[in-house]
Amino acid sequence: MTSATEGEIVQFDNVGLRYGTEREVLSDVSFTLYPGSFYFLTGASGAGKTSLLKLLYLAQRPSRGAIRMFGGDAITMPRDRLPLLRRRLGVVFQDFRLVPHLSAFDNVALPLRVAGVAERDLARPVADMLEWVGLSDRINAIPAQLSGGEQQRVGIARAVIGRPDMLVADEPTGNVDPDMAVKLLRLFESLNRLGTTVVVATHDVHLLKKVPDSLIMRLDQGRLSDPTGALRYPPRRPVARGA
Amino acid sequence: MMAAGHTAGQTAGLGRRRRSAAMAGEAALLAQARLSGPMPWVVAIMVALTVIAAAAGLSLTNTTRAAADALAGGVTVQIVEADPVERARQADAVARALAATPGVTQAYVVSQDEVERLIEPWLGARSGEAAAIPVPALVDARLRDAVTPEVLGGLRRSVRLVAPAARVDAQSGWLQPVFAAIASMQWLAAALVAVLALGLTASVLLAVRNALGANRATIEIVHLLGATDAQIARIFQRSAGFDAAVGGAFGLAAGLAAVLVLGHRFASLGAGLVASGVLGWADWGVLVMIPVAGVVLTMLTARVAVMRTLVRML
Repeated sequence: MTSATEGEIVQFDNVGLRYGTEREVLSDVSFTLYPGSFYFLTGASGAGKTSLLKLLYLAQRPSRGAIRMFGGDAITMPRDRLPLLRRRLGVVFQDFRLVPHLSAFDNVALPLRVAGVAERDLARPVADMLEWVGLSDRINAIPAQLSGGEQQRVGIARAVIGRPDMLVADEPTGNVDPDMAVKLLRLFESLNRLGTTVVVATHDVHLLKKVPDSLIMRLDQGRLSDPTGALRYPPRRPVARGA
Repeated sequence: MMAAGHTAGQTAGLGRRRRSAAMAGEAALLAQARLSGPMPWVVAIMVALTVIAAAAGLSLTNTTRAAADALAGGVTVQIVEADPVERARQADAVARALAATPGVTQAYVVSQDEVERLIEPWLGARSGEAAAIPVPALVDARLRDAVTPEVLGGLRRSVRLVAPAARVDAQSGWLQPVFAAIASMQWLAAALVAVLALGLTASVLLAVRNALGANRATIEIVHLLGATDAQIARIFQRSAGFDAAVGGAFGLAAGLAAVLVLGHRFASLGAGLVASGVLGWADWGVLVMIPVAGVVLTMLTARVAVMRTLVRML
């Protein structure tokens, strides 16, 4: 177990987001994420969880406010630096977002190929990852041949294969059975122990209890509940809790 | 964290996959990045038409150059004299005078038979009364340098001293209207090549936009995974280049076939001016480079189009 501490990995300051001329879906959202922390993002449907995650994985720019990620200003950062930032993130999408014409293997290999990993170096880790999520016998199946749960597991394998600094997961256990949900949560915890900051959006209250050290971020109608200020000014946390 | 251990079948499957992925490379990211569809055919048609237009332009250039070279130092003196004896005397005197003039390399009286042969297409074979119509005597002279108005003026003055009935003309002047017409056709050929290049660019733009639309969801995913614009553009660029290369090869073959057939037809006319338009090795080299230029233009257009579109994405 290590106890080193570092600066924040993500900082939101009075962030607001509106689509077009509609009312804001996120208002005055301020929080800080520290390396090695495990966060659950909860809230009712339509509370803005997915919108907040889109800001976190750099798929959306806010309408106002400031966002700092990995020490840089994510809003004013030159466009050509965004890919390097995105490679430090792992994203599990609620709707899986697998590439339909690629096999499970190629979908999981995507982040490595994008990062320029040589073909000879990616076969083994991809196979290991697919085996870990229980899909080693579906390695050549394309998404259309996979069930919802299997697609979700491919999406998770794709998100974590690059050992991201931060994992952002939108309802990652929504399409898997309870046993697999626990297994996936243990995978997230394993990554977290290795220093990856994990943010999991869910409305499954049972999941929250399974990670005792986690912090809970609650969104209510686009506003983040932070009555104690712990999200905006959290106590210093250890970076890694031992692999 | 991740368990290992594979069956022999899985390992063999991995080996196969590894090879196929290595071959597919980045192109595997986007299944429909191939511009495909009619794109190779459009490129083939464009290249074929460009080859024909360029061949026409090059042939006209050769014709002009050959004619200009042949006529550059040529001067013709006509002795317009009704009396055949006096006509012949003046012609001889002019030939001698010209031969003695500095800068004149050759001067001779064109034989009567040659003159009859030259005018036969217009007046027919002359016999009977027609044979009595006087025809000017001709003296052909070659100068070392081009015939400028000053040189021509000097020659006129010296010729008239020995032949008052002489008319002195630079041969290049006769073909000036022809040269002007040929120049217009050359510009037309160049404009056609430019229009075809524009057409190719527009076709590629449309095809790339369609391919981008078809792959938008995948591009967004790959972007979110950290792909750079250049990586994505490279996939489309290669695909466009491949389509253009295939289309260009067919277009070149078709264009060259058309040029060869047309060249054979024109050569069979046997007309001197037309025959001088024969394409040289350098000309054929230019024609062969047209599909290469097409591939470069297509890849460049695809890259610019993709990059401009991606900039609008986050």
